[in-house]
Amino acid sequence: MSTPRERAPIIGPGHTFGTITDKISAVVLSARTPRAWWVGFIIGGALLIVMLNTTAYLILRGVGIWGVNIPVAWGFAIINFVWWIGIGHAGTLISAILLLLRQEWRQSINRFAEAMTLFAVACAGLYPILHLGRPWLFYWLFPYPNTMGMWPNFRSPLIWDVFAVSTYATVSLMFWFVGLIPDLATLRDRSQSRVGRIIYGVLAMGWRGSARHWKRYEEASLLLAGLCTPLVVSVHTVVSFDFAVGIVPGWHATIFPPYFVAGAIYGGFAMVMTLAIPLRRIYGLQDFITAKHLDNMGRVLLATGLIVAYGYMSEAFTSWYSGNQFEAYMMLNRFTGPYAPLYWLLILANVVIPQALWFDRVRASVPALFAIAMSINVGMWLERYIIVVTSLHRDFLPSSWGMYSGTIFDWSMYLGTIGLFLTLFLLFIRFLPMISIFEMRTLLPQAEVREEEP
Amino acid sequence: MSQLRPFDLEALRRHLAAEAGAAPWRSLDELAGRPEFIEFLNAEFPQQALALDGEGVDRRHVLKLMAASLALAGLGGCTRQPEERLVPFVRQPEHRVPGKPVYYATSAPIAGFGVGVLAESHEGRPTKIEGNPDHPASLGATDAVLQAAVLGLYDPDRSQVVTQLGDIRPWSAFVATMEGVMAAQRERRGAGLRILTGTVTSPTLASQLTALLAELPEARWHQWEPLGRDAARAGALLAFGEPLETRYRLEQARVVLSLDADILGAPAHGLRYTRELVRARRGAGAGNPRGRLYVVEPFPSCTGALADHRLPLRRCEVDAFARALARRLGIAVPGADDPTLARHAAWIDALARDLRAAGGEVVVAAGEQQPPAVHALAHAMNHALGAVGRTVEHAAPVPARWEDEAASLASLVEDMQAGRVDVLVMLGCNPVFTAPADLRVADALAKVPLRIHHGLYDDETAALCHWHLPEAHFLEAWSDVRAYDGTASVVQPLIAPLYEGRTAHDVVAVLAGQSGRSSHELVREHWRQALGVPDFEIVWQRALRDGVIEGTSQPARSAVLRGDVATRLPPPASTATDTLELVLRPDPYLLDGRFANNGWLQELPRPLTKVTWDNAAYLAPATAARLGLANEQVVELALGDARVEAPVWIVPGVAAESVTLHLGYGRRRAGRVGTGIGVDVQALRTRGALWGGLGLTIRPTRRRHRIACTQDHFSMEGRDLVRRTTVAALADGAAHDDGAHEPTWNESLYDPYPYEGHRWGMVIDLATCIGCNACVAACTAENNVAVVGKDQVLRGREMQWLRVDRYFDGPLDDPALLHQPVPCMHCETAPCEVVCPVNATVHSSEGLNEMVYNRCVGTRYCSNNCPYKVRRFNFYLFQDWNTESYKLGRNPDVTVRSRGVMEKCTYCVQRIEEARITAMQEGRTIRDGDIVTACQQACPADAIVFGDLNDPSSKVAAWHRDPRNYSLLAELGTRPRTTYLGVVRDPNPALAKDRTA
Amino acid sequence: MSRPALYGLLAEFDDPTALVQAVRATRAAGYRKVDAFTPFPIEEVIEALEIHEKRLPMLVLLGGILGGLAGYALCYWTSVIDYPINVGGRPLHSWPAFIPPTFETTVLGASFAAVLGMLVLNGLPRPHHPLFAVPRFALSTNDRFFLCIRSTDPLFDRDDTRRFLERLVPRQVSEVDA
Repeated sequence: MSTPRERAPIIGPGHTFGTITDKISAVVLSARTPRAWWVGFIIGGALLIVMLNTTAYLILRGVGIWGVNIPVAWGFAIINFVWWIGIGHAGTLISAILLLLRQEWRQSINRFAEAMTLFAVACAGLYPILHLGRPWLFYWLFPYPNTMGMWPNFRSPLIWDVFAVSTYATVSLMFWFVGLIPDLATLRDRSQSRVGRIIYGVLAMGWRGSARHWKRYEEASLLLAGLCTPLVVSVHTVVSFDFAVGIVPGWHATIFPPYFVAGAIYGGFAMVMTLAIPLRRIYGLQDFITAKHLDNMGRVLLATGLIVAYGYMSEAFTSWYSGNQFEAYMMLNRFTGPYAPLYWLLILANVVIPQALWFDRVRASVPALFAIAMSINVGMWLERYIIVVTSLHRDFLPSSWGMYSGTIFDWSMYLGTIGLFLTLFLLFIRFLPMISIFEMRTLLPQAEVREEEP
Repeated sequence: MSQLRPFDLEALRRHLAAEAGAAPWRSLDELAGRPEFIEFLNAEFPQQALALDGEGVDRRHVLKLMAASLALAGLGGCTRQPEERLVPFVRQPEHRVPGKPVYYATSAPIAGFGVGVLAESHEGRPTKIEGNPDHPASLGATDAVLQAAVLGLYDPDRSQVVTQLGDIRPWSAFVATMEGVMAAQRERRGAGLRILTGTVTSPTLASQLTALLAELPEARWHQWEPLGRDAARAGALLAFGEPLETRYRLEQARVVLSLDADILGAPAHGLRYTRELVRARRGAGAGNPRGRLYVVEPFPSCTGALADHRLPLRRCEVDAFARALARRLGIAVPGADDPTLARHAAWIDALARDLRAAGGEVVVAAGEQQPPAVHALAHAMNHALGAVGRTVEHAAPVPARWEDEAASLASLVEDMQAGRVDVLVMLGCNPVFTAPADLRVADALAKVPLRIHHGLYDDETAALCHWHLPEAHFLEAWSDVRAYDGTASVVQPLIAPLYEGRTAHDVVAVLAGQSGRSSHELVREHWRQALGVPDFEIVWQRALRDGVIEGTSQPARSAVLRGDVATRLPPPASTATDTLELVLRPDPYLLDGRFANNGWLQELPRPLTKVTWDNAAYLAPATAARLGLANEQVVELALGDARVEAPVWIVPGVAAESVTLHLGYGRRRAGRVGTGIGVDVQALRTRGALWGGLGLTIRPTRRRHRIACTQDHFSMEGRDLVRRTTVAALADGAAHDDGAHEPTWNESLYDPYPYEGHRWGMVIDLATCIGCNACVAACTAENNVAVVGKDQVLRGREMQWLRVDRYFDGPLDDPALLHQPVPCMHCETAPCEVVCPVNATVHSSEGLNEMVYNRCVGTRYCSNNCPYKVRRFNFYLFQDWNTESYKLGRNPDVTVRSRGVMEKCTYCVQRIEEARITAMQEGRTIRDGDIVTACQQACPADAIVFGDLNDPSSKVAAWHRDPRNYSLLAELGTRPRTTYLGVVRDPNPALAKDRTA
Repeated sequence: MSRPALYGLLAEFDDPTALVQAVRATRAAGYRKVDAFTPFPIEEVIEALEIHEKRLPMLVLLGGILGGLAGYALCYWTSVIDYPINVGGRPLHSWPAFIPPTFETTVLGASFAAVLGMLVLNGLPRPHHPLFAVPRFALSTNDRFFLCIRSTDPLFDRDDTRRFLERLVPRQVSEVDA
């Protein structure tokens, strides 16, 4: 762990407290918006409209507009749900776990990584509701006293989901907002427009950087980080329970929780990379999101990718070692069945291609990293497709075997949530500091208190 | 044609106001009859005048309008009892309690022959058909076609009004017209009058026609039944010199041979024969065959599926096979064995020995689609084996006039072509669609000045007729009909005709100038005279109550076999192997297409092929491989100069080099459901090849036609799903002799739930199931299961709660055919329940796995987690909530599910509760047999038993103790309440190849 | 002769080191009602001000315990007491299945305690504060470091304290009106 790059600065030279404040807050406070932002926003908005239309039609006609059937009663909706939730996890990981590990390099990416978490969870949250046969009754999944006198079934992993995902969303939101307070105060004090001062002022809740406040603030941040770490692990564990608790061959596996969590971090970091690379380019933030950041993320990808690969292997191994004919057939069907091309594409995208990250040159090349990140985004989506579809389409009774394929509405819904994500994310970088200003200040040499000898 | 007048809404309003309160359907009829209504329509649709070749669109407008008039009348879907007095099956009418169904005995005429049924009536609305245990052709069982009759009754596409050239006319107008026409005919002693019917067994109709013909000696009555039995008749003539019916007593049979005879599937007697054969087989012991079944057939049938030895042979080879066998049974059939049979010599020898050894307790049955020679040989063999009088008996013909119907139709067409026909009256038949193609009925019709069609639908024939008279459905009509054994029963209506339906009796009465007389009167009168008993009233009452008229079955009579039958046989049919063979078969459910507009039957998977909503060119894997054909590939089939394009569907068990097509599809005017579905193969059906022939050529095309098959995969993948054994092995205590089985894991960390009260359970005997799907149809009818349509079936969204899985095992060209009905298993540790987030599926105190529709939010997790995949989901609003007439037919005891909820088999919980209530009222506990599930009730094979597992004396408990009993996927520890009895076959030890292994 | 009442005196410094030394000096001079305002947290300042307080962690622990108990109680009461029903033959008290929801509610309770606790103890939100009246105080969220001595401090004297502060060479000292 001592390559030259390792000692490379995590913040560009020649910066002062002021320049950091200016540079980052300028993105928000300046009147002009980069053309690239508008392009992205128009695309995102268009896709968002697609999503709204699909949703309307879905509620009008029923989930039949999707490709789901018997035996494959879950399709894109659940695949995308898991995919989005997974993406969300990287944000929490960067802001919480790396905080506990005192990884200072995280400080320039944690803000938008957390934002990514929030918006990804928002997208994920839509699916379990919309995929219901009767979406308007989604609130029946919450334990509230009702005239039917009925309660949810706490044995169902879907109820665990409700608790896990809603807790995750709430805590992430609080964590993110707490992190924003000092920067909101900065914006309040620097904003030229009265409206800006009022809005940021209200949001800053009168923050004035008192030492006493800072102490409690630091305590709270650390405690939240401590709480988020097990939370993020629990969330994807619970998501994996949706499958692992079922008896379907290909779902009913004890490897699932760790394998899912690793997969989530893997996919999430890939998405952070996918967002960070264009951002630093468009907003000229190479000083803050440096080559070192990309390099570190590349390493994280490599590590988590290997865990995921191990998951695939152990899945295959246990299905053979168990000697269970259903498990064995499930695996054989993945290798050679009708969906085999997708499976091998998944292996290529998630296991083979990322091995390039072993090479420093690759981790140094921005285009290469971006390409690998995209490959992993696709690969993680395919992984969920394989888990959901190939396990269900041929289970116990050959008589009930069937095939599944997404319809145009499956795709439009998927693209639609990407639009929702893009829109929310772009609004965020336009109106809030995408990099934590006050944390960046602490990275400056000037931030060190020099103890002069008596 | 009434002249156009400004349409007078006032009159209509006044009229409707006057009608207020009356039943809508009645008022509809009357509305339609009212002159102002007709004028109203004419004013609305002047184009009606030239609707002769219209595509029925105008009719649909008219129907819409009538619906509107109903709305005007502000009357829902209530109905009114007919005026004539009915006699309930068990309780007297005054006994009727709202919400309590009443059962009436009536008889369903299918292809001319009657099957006795008990129709369940809720507040005067027939909702369900059950078999009539007292009726010889039913013995309490029903088949899919009977189950679907209710849907047929409420079919909104049934023709509803009398039309002339597409104009709505009052019945009176028809009567008036006919008076003139008949007067003219009487002048000419009826020389220009022709009447065409299906096979008539109805004594009343027969006597009416005879009387009419006596009055008009020059008139002619022709019969054409597309499923007719001309070959059986000709065979009997060959063998006995006279047309004789042949009946079997399978219960006594030790060995049964079917020469391409689907004795268990035929509508007329299939139910009875299934019951008898199954009972016989249950008595089988080692070395003591009972009902051991040999089947020789070109296309796998339900009969073939039950066979202990099944030999796939081309249709043309069956003749040669019969001759070869006959020779081995000491019948001097000239000539030598056909060389193509050489490879089956051992099989034939063993069979011959087995037949001989059975001491006369054998049945050799010839198929109705086989040539007369095969029938004659079957008679000869039965006689030679001494079966006649034991297991085979002969009787006088059941049809009023048993004739060569193909010839009869041909002569009619000849007369038409020659212009000798002035008036043609077609009663309840559709010759334009069903007649052999080479007769060109449509052209001939054009030469007839006055064409009158009487039928349930405004079909292909009606489109070419001047007058169309709506026929009354048998559930709304008075008539009578004979069963396969001649037993006559009265067809009594459960409801006044929904539309302006009339019976054949009414029409003939008009021809005879007795239009005043109702069919009830006619039928009653006929029997008063026919029976000629003093206390007729009592006999009549009993006949209505029991559903059979005593002493009307044809008595068995001795038949003298011609000594020279063997030599009088026509030369053996060609078995040329260098050419493909075409086999035409009636569709298992649509028959000749008469039920094409019935959604239940369209969506019911065909036995063994599991194809819905289509017919196809079925051929063997080997044949497909040789011709390089793939499933769903459209091919052009040519026989002679006739060409038909059909998709290919590969079915193991079909004879090599033989292509089977089902009739009844490709209807051009069937209704919203049936029109344009499937392929019309009638073009290939000529007088020379009524049931197919040699010389078929196949030309592949590049096109593909999707086929909605409910089970694509036919192998068990070596899984332990259908367990099998043989009678011999069973005697040695091997309940399942087909290898090792997964151990059953019932250990649990938790104590099992106690079920002190009832513990409902079901056992399904795979040894007797013939895969006829009657249970599925019954379930559909009982539980208001929705029809989803071909597109949705293709997407794997069919809704049937119960499915019959079929597996092929062994060599592809000659596999074992296995059936496995799969309802909900009602697992005690149900995987579906645990994962439901809202407790929408939970366990009852008696162990039912209950689905709570109104709590279900539709996560579909339960279906994913169900290893048996028996759950069905309403992906759309599959139920038709709008069509008024369907609302009448639904079972009021069962929730009609809406969009977005899961549903599945409930063990017919409504029947359980009904039994519970009755038991409470009678101050007793539920007895074994009180509860009969819909599937169990319909099953002709007695393959399903339901009851209380806690009651050791119950039949279900006994079957649970049976060594053959096993749970499906027991290794999952789901503890299913539904269990199975493994398949048992009784192969002939002499035949090395064990068909069950 | 009425000069308006004071909230305190505010000294502005350029970098953390200067501020830390100033704070130490102030404490040394015996001032107690002192606070520092910085654009980012500075350990040394907090030490120098000798701020010792352990209430927040306690609150979080409490919140977690309450959340957990509430979560399990909900599972138990609904499935065992209020609506006992046979679900898939599993026992009414399927405790292993109740653990995931319980865990989530624990985290939720603790997190709420952490965030709300922090805000409440900090007296936030507080829309206005005398310090905001000082124009240059806006720089406290950017690149300046402030030291404030409250007028309520016993040693506080308008002029002496100002002189004392000026001895610490700040950029400038400004009065904060109450």
